[in-house]
Amino acid sequence: MITELGHYALVLALVLALAQSVIPLVGAQRNLRPWMALAQPAAVGQFFLLGLSFLALVHAYVVSDFSVAAVYENSHSAQPLIYKVAAAWGNHEGSLLLWVLILGFFGALVAAFGNNLPLRLKSRVLAVQAMISTGFLVFMLLTSNPFARLGQAPLEGRQLNPMLQDPGLAFHPPMLYLGYVGLSMSFSFAIAALLEGSVDAAWARWVRPWTLLSWTTLTCGIVLGSRWAYYELGWGGWWYWDPVENASFMPWLIATALLHSAIVVEKRDSLKAWTILLAILGFAFSMLGTFLVRSGVITSVHAFAQDPARGIFILALLAIAIGGSLSLFAWRAPILKPGGFFAPISREGSLVLNNLLLAVLAATVLFGTLAPLILNVMNLGTISVGPPYFQTVFVPIAMPLVLIAAIGPFLGWKRGDLPGALQRLAAAGIAAAIAIGFAWYMADGASFMALAGMALAAWLFIGTLIEWAGRVKLGGSLGASWSRAIRLPRSAYGMTLAHAGLAVAIVGMTGSIAWKQEKVAVLHVGQSIEVGDTSYRLDDIRKVTVDNYLADRATIVASQNGQLLALLTPERRQYLVPSPPTTESAIHSNFARDVYVVVGEPDGQGGWTVRIYVEPLVLWIWLGGGLMALGGVVSLTDRRYRVGAPSKMLARKSEVAARA
Amino acid sequence: MRRLLFTLPLFALAALAVVFALGLSPNRDPHAIDSPLVGKPVAGFVAPALVNGESGVAAGDLRTDAYRGQVVAINFFASWCLPCRAEHPLLKKLAIKAGLPVLGLAWKDKKKASQDFLDELGNPYFQVGSDENGRIGITSFGITGVPETFILDKEGIIRARIPGPLSDDLIETQLLPLIKDLQK
Repeated sequence: MITELGHYALVLALVLALAQSVIPLVGAQRNLRPWMALAQPAAVGQFFLLGLSFLALVHAYVVSDFSVAAVYENSHSAQPLIYKVAAAWGNHEGSLLLWVLILGFFGALVAAFGNNLPLRLKSRVLAVQAMISTGFLVFMLLTSNPFARLGQAPLEGRQLNPMLQDPGLAFHPPMLYLGYVGLSMSFSFAIAALLEGSVDAAWARWVRPWTLLSWTTLTCGIVLGSRWAYYELGWGGWWYWDPVENASFMPWLIATALLHSAIVVEKRDSLKAWTILLAILGFAFSMLGTFLVRSGVITSVHAFAQDPARGIFILALLAIAIGGSLSLFAWRAPILKPGGFFAPISREGSLVLNNLLLAVLAATVLFGTLAPLILNVMNLGTISVGPPYFQTVFVPIAMPLVLIAAIGPFLGWKRGDLPGALQRLAAAGIAAAIAIGFAWYMADGASFMALAGMALAAWLFIGTLIEWAGRVKLGGSLGASWSRAIRLPRSAYGMTLAHAGLAVAIVGMTGSIAWKQEKVAVLHVGQSIEVGDTSYRLDDIRKVTVDNYLADRATIVASQNGQLLALLTPERRQYLVPSPPTTESAIHSNFARDVYVVVGEPDGQGGWTVRIYVEPLVLWIWLGGGLMALGGVVSLTDRRYRVGAPSKMLARKSEVAARA
Repeated sequence: MRRLLFTLPLFALAALAVVFALGLSPNRDPHAIDSPLVGKPVAGFVAPALVNGESGVAAGDLRTDAYRGQVVAINFFASWCLPCRAEHPLLKKLAIKAGLPVLGLAWKDKKKASQDFLDELGNPYFQVGSDENGRIGITSFGITGVPETFILDKEGIIRARIPGPLSDDLIETQLLPLIKDLQK
């Protein structure tokens, strides 16, 4: 019954979304206030209905109602409660509902708190949002109904894929969806601006928090996903350039570009058409990700429900949404007046360069992801694109990006002083040289790429600190610096944290790629192997029974120069429902390196395959990612989004204009 | 001119959409594109041994000497290929269940890297050769990427091609019946 109510709520939400996507739009065109005003209650109502529907779905999972097809496919009565709930969105149908729910939530936020938005812009934004949600609701109801019942209710479910039974993964998809859907907000604002035919500083200020939010959550989602792949898959390594990973990385690159270009629109009233294009592309890449993951057009290890019929539907949705908006862009964007000229060497110039590089990076990833498909459908033979491509193409383009990330903040608007900026960065240059020397000494020689990576990280980190120190005038009186430090806008701290975080992450990426060590051996109990200066002894291996799986749990003692370093307990798990055994790695982590131990198959004669990876500095990757996300959060709390005094004034002005 | 520039993204999208639509066409199941070489005897090649002290893989072996009269499977893999890792345990299973030698060819992969890959995961292959520049894979087998597996009959004629990773289901429902049939 509750399940049917959930389904019904979904249908009602679709009806509301349809109304919300047409009526306010017509109202905005013809200047009919009541028509425009409809958007607000409709958005709130839609969110309410979607929320009901989602709760009904979660309920079906919590009570393990296996007569619901999706519950049967993805849940099991012995599963811990948190994974029953997480299973609700750990599959194609449920994740779509979560997607639409978040869309509805953001729509409701705009409706409820967007009081400083001009009515016309607001109704257009909400109408575009409703169109997106209409598309996805139709998709769900026609091809992927999460509430579909089975004719015969089975006694037990098939359980959530054991690999997905992990706390990190419970939060990885919602974070990514928050990011994708956040980009749909920037997209709606871009379309509304194209319809209005004007983009100004106030518009940029309304778009920026949404972009920031989606950038922050995408960062969190990607960090969680990479962390999960690292400790759960048991292969070592934290990024594989898999199509599905790329699908989340491309929107992130575009969101990063959008974040930076929106600053130029806000401060200098320039780069308008480009920013609009980025907002459209950001959402286009989210849709593309959805398409790639769910259509089965590309083979990937992250198999989602793959069904060409669904693929065609999403492709049609993508073609209509993105094709429509790019047509609108081609038609309306040329009328946006370019304003605010600037010299090539200036803050704007550095941000343009940043945008170009990020766009090229996104294109590189897109090409690498799609090349096998493109060649294949054109019968031009076949290729396979793996990490070697990305490492040789992506990394060299990313390097100058890091180089200018430190310089940009020192350049003035309109015309910057490059020699002056470099002079202030002298300490960062020295730090880079020290980093090279240190890395060389510690690692006993290293490749060019490894040294360059370390040098760039030091350059960016110290450069960012110098910029902050300059802002608070460190070195003068301490009290004055302190009061400057607390009065510095939160968005400035956001940048400092995000740039420093990137530097920290680069240290980790470089270290773990350049100096990784691996060793495999068959060990009997009592035997040990040496990796570097550490020895690992297999002390014990025994069978244990936990909630819904059995495991062989090994105890491995790591010791250095006879001193105990760590006790590691990797497992080989067999879940109760028929499925291949999974490995559970044991990791001993510190700032210098991770020791990563996996037990594999027994050899039948009392020996066990034991794999040991030493991943130097790998923790820094996620620390850096976390710092970047923290920067996003801090920036989101910036005063100007809460108070927004100048935007309010502009809003009133354009509202007066709308009424006239 | 300026207007034309603004339509560029639209054209790019249109091109992509065409590719995707073709990619989705039911005739192109990404797992079952038949190579033009299926049904033909495998063209001559010699792949140097990957593991020191063992023999490599050569077309001569397949058609005449060691394997004449045997059905064999040839599996292309690479250490940089993620699905290859996922498929790895199934190779041994295939060899045992079907009772046939599985030969491996490391495709576009540095020797050291593929050796480490096998050291790490175990070596399920009867013999392993190295196809470092990828030429054998492309000219003799027309592969579309790694992993990819071929079944050759007793005469050394390519009988089936399985692009992408093997799965339990695929082995049970398609490969085993086919191999049993060829082994008669």
